[in-house]
Amino acid sequence: MRFFLDSRKLILLAAGIYIVLKLLFSSGIVSEYIQQITIYVFIVVLAATGLNVIYGYTGQFSLGHAAFYGIGAYTSAYLVKTLGLNSVFALPATLLAGGIMAGLIACIIGIPILRLRDDFLGIATLGFGILVRVFFDNSDRISETLGGSRGFTGIAKLTNLEITFVVTVFLLIVTRNIISSRYGLFWRCIKDDETASASIGIDTTRMKLMAFSYGCFLAGVAGALYAHLYTFLHPSNFDFLKSIDFLIIVILGGMGNIAGTIYAGLLWVGFIEGLRIALPSNILDLRWVFIPLLLIVLMMWRPYGLMSKKKGDG
Amino acid sequence: MEQASYIISQVINGLQLGAVYALIALGYTMVYGILRLINFAHGDIFMLGAFFAYFLISRFGTPIYLVFFATMAMCALAGYLMEKIAYKPLRNAPKISLLITAVGVSLFLEYFCSLKAIFTPDYIGFPRPFEVSAWNISLGGIDFSFTNVQVIIFAITFFTLALLYLLVYRTKQGTAMRAVSHDQEAAALMGINIDHTVSLTFMVGAALAGVGGILYGIAYPQINVFMGIMPGIKSFIAAVLGGIGIIHGAVIGGLIVGVSEVVVSAFLSSTYRDGVIFVILLIVLLVKPSGLFGKRIDKV
Repeated sequence: MRFFLDSRKLILLAAGIYIVLKLLFSSGIVSEYIQQITIYVFIVVLAATGLNVIYGYTGQFSLGHAAFYGIGAYTSAYLVKTLGLNSVFALPATLLAGGIMAGLIACIIGIPILRLRDDFLGIATLGFGILVRVFFDNSDRISETLGGSRGFTGIAKLTNLEITFVVTVFLLIVTRNIISSRYGLFWRCIKDDETASASIGIDTTRMKLMAFSYGCFLAGVAGALYAHLYTFLHPSNFDFLKSIDFLIIVILGGMGNIAGTIYAGLLWVGFIEGLRIALPSNILDLRWVFIPLLLIVLMMWRPYGLMSKKKGDG
Repeated sequence: MEQASYIISQVINGLQLGAVYALIALGYTMVYGILRLINFAHGDIFMLGAFFAYFLISRFGTPIYLVFFATMAMCALAGYLMEKIAYKPLRNAPKISLLITAVGVSLFLEYFCSLKAIFTPDYIGFPRPFEVSAWNISLGGIDFSFTNVQVIIFAITFFTLALLYLLVYRTKQGTAMRAVSHDQEAAALMGINIDHTVSLTFMVGAALAGVGGILYGIAYPQINVFMGIMPGIKSFIAAVLGGIGIIHGAVIGGLIVGVSEVVVSAFLSSTYRDGVIFVILLIVLLVKPSGLFGKRIDKV
């Protein structure tokens, strides 16, 4: 109960946003495509918040976040398909399963690789991302359902605005609370100076592992939502560029800033999808020429993220 | 015996691929050594090299030795422009912004080149400037064969590496590069022009990647604007494997990655080859985090 009382302002705000969105959706002003994109924004924000916990708050550089997003997606889709759980009521359970699977694998892989620091950790996680991609590509050898490099087809469409909204808002508030809790303090402390943190008695290994697993858990839940939104999964949806996507959102939003991640996720997805609608089809090819240019210019203009004017540390 | 000659042939094929990785890895390792930047756009310079060579050969019929010099010059120019336009304004920004910029440059090069008016997104056959011929050799009862393509790749890689060693260890510019990678501020205080040295490093790295692009085109004669992504990532892994910032480390790392990739493709399945590299990387990083030839890294 205290949970709801403490964050009542945020919940009220979220409820307001939900009502506006629901009215827009049900009135038929916005097309099905825009509705899907809107739900997708929540999913991306949730996954990017996971990376923000890992990198923005705890300072552990990860270039393989999309792998955990993919693990969540495949786990949930597989469970729903093999157990025949084609109802919205079973979805929270499979979302949780997807998240726990991602968190568990993150924990197992994190024990060895979190000993590495900075760019070396980045390369190790990038390599793990490639490994997961290879696994997805060969997954039809394990089970025909997973589809391998042909893609995982025929997933039940269960994700709707309500479940995405509730799950995302709930997990964002939980994340905010963890960040301001004792553990969050340890995480931020490790980001600032790992050696100093260890010297004042913080179990840095355990704390890093915890932040990494929790961040990947969020990515797993987001991935599971994604799987039941688009009903089709392909290994190429979870490659290196996807990891970079999340990283871009975290950097644009400002490291260690949940509200920033929300804005940046909205802007980034909105911009990419918006160009698809705004550009005439004969110059649609130019979309991916503009986006990187914009990114380069943004980085020159605001190297510390869109939201922060002061100098942070990176 | 049959098995032994098959293994040897596969190892030679692996070394051929590894030589190309080594040439790309050198650019990564030099740039990382000097700026601590994973230059993700480096793989796309490799792609540009292959395309420059393609146009020189197929459109202008340039003789092959001129192709090498012209491609190296053009790639060096591309590397120079990339550094001046995109990276230099961010010299004092957080490292992560620089990394995102590098990804931006990489995406820009790929998608700009894939426009219909530029290189088109299709696979293009790379014209081999000479006929392929194979030789069979029998050594102690083990038969194996190798091709003139492989000989040329090894010869050119070796020659380029020798030039690089001379540049880095025998010239004033090379000394400046090593000094800047060791301690930028101290090097600046000694009167070394940092901007100049960084530009030179980018140009040398890009020229090497250009050579890699030509050799890749000759060995695997199909080129595409996205061909630089995976070799780029694998070469960076190779550079980390050998110890980042260390020139011979990058070469050995490249060869290890190339050989393991080909051997795994031959004996297990080609779909596992990318996974195996990661397993090797993980083992090396855990046993010796600074890479095979790296010195101990102390975090300050």
